[in-house]
Amino acid sequence: MALTREQLAQRVAQELQDGYYVNLGIGIPTLVANYVPKGMEVMLQSENGLLGMGQFPTEEEIDADLINAGKQTVTMATGASVFDSAESFAMIRGGHVDLTVLGAFEVDVNGNIASYMIPGKLIKGMGGAMDLVAGADNIIVTMTHASKHGVSKLLPHCTLPLTGKGCIKKVLTDLAFIEIKDGEFHLLERAPGVSVEEIVQLTAGKLVIPQHVPEMIL
Amino acid sequence: MAGFDKVVSSYEEAMAGLEDNMTIVSGGFGLCGIAENLIAEIKRKGTKGLTMVSNNCGVDDFGLGVLLPNRQIKKIVASYVGENAEFERQMMSGELEVELTPQGTLAEKMRAGGAGIPAFFTATGYGTPVAEGKEEREFNGRHYILEEAIIGDFAIVKAWKADRYGNLVFRKTARNFNPLAATAGKITVVEVEEIVEPGELDPDQIHTPGIYVNRLIQGTFEKRIEQRTVRSSAE
Repeated sequence: MALTREQLAQRVAQELQDGYYVNLGIGIPTLVANYVPKGMEVMLQSENGLLGMGQFPTEEEIDADLINAGKQTVTMATGASVFDSAESFAMIRGGHVDLTVLGAFEVDVNGNIASYMIPGKLIKGMGGAMDLVAGADNIIVTMTHASKHGVSKLLPHCTLPLTGKGCIKKVLTDLAFIEIKDGEFHLLERAPGVSVEEIVQLTAGKLVIPQHVPEMIL
Repeated sequence: MAGFDKVVSSYEEAMAGLEDNMTIVSGGFGLCGIAENLIAEIKRKGTKGLTMVSNNCGVDDFGLGVLLPNRQIKKIVASYVGENAEFERQMMSGELEVELTPQGTLAEKMRAGGAGIPAFFTATGYGTPVAEGKEEREFNGRHYILEEAIIGDFAIVKAWKADRYGNLVFRKTARNFNPLAATAGKITVVEVEEIVEPGELDPDQIHTPGIYVNRLIQGTFEKRIEQRTVRSSAE
């Protein structure tokens, strides 16, 4: 069975470590915050200028001056700090954020990522995504393995305009956890109940399969 | 006005001198921390052919979006423009020129502009459409592109509090691009929720020193919320 959005978030959360500063992109990545293991302290960075993002506010707590990068109203966690956009991206570009999780339309065997634009169709802009992929070392891309029509999103070469070049090393899809190195995809784990054959079929870029591919533990 | 007193008495005075085809650098992230009343004044003036430098372009009836129906904006430099139907229509029809710029690069362009730095190298955008036509350099085995600074004829800024000398304090995430925009205007106009006397703000707590500020006005704000997300009190 392909992973649900919640399960994707659950698996990503296993990559968190105590004391990590983490930037979570909009969509599935945001859900990761719900699965921070008990007893672990993680601080969420929101690139509009908040380190230590808290949960959503109650009606009484709503403050128009306090939002996250998705423009949602939020609160501040204990020990939070606020700062301007240049400071925020100094953290990101300077490699101070321990883990970045973001979505994508396509990734390829050379670690290229396309996530911000479908020419002629969707032109909204990259927001902070180009800064995040260029600045961070530890990035996990979360995405569906293939389109609804079965077209692979793990490619030999990205077809859409790039968000970043050669910067992605880990991809978690609804079918598999994959590492990118030496111009190849390497299959690390498969989603529970998903066969290696299924993953092979839906991976267009070169995929290296070890003898034993463990099932994800959620 | 005398000495360091930056306070002006009307929005008309605040935006005096704004002419067609000028460049305006704007603070704000989405609808958070935007200079609502200065934008309304630009709309009232009907100034046209503007180049707006702003992370976003508002929504259809609020923020910079209100300058779109009368075609006041010729070009926008922004990182994300996705919330606005009229914007999309003008962009697709070619009436509006859009220069998509990564958010961190945009912030740094303003910061550099205000700090007298003409350009800087960044890894952001290397190998992407953003790099087209830009100089590339390698430092310690990593690739970088050259991005040029931005200075506006005007900067429009929203702060929380100010003293009459234009020392500014921002509030929570309404700070965002505002302190950077404040440095990057030939004429920087700031609107705030409260103006106090010099000496009433703790010098240690000032985010933007008054040297960057030319005009200051106190306004009232709607502070519209774009994505109202709540949890129930019981959780």
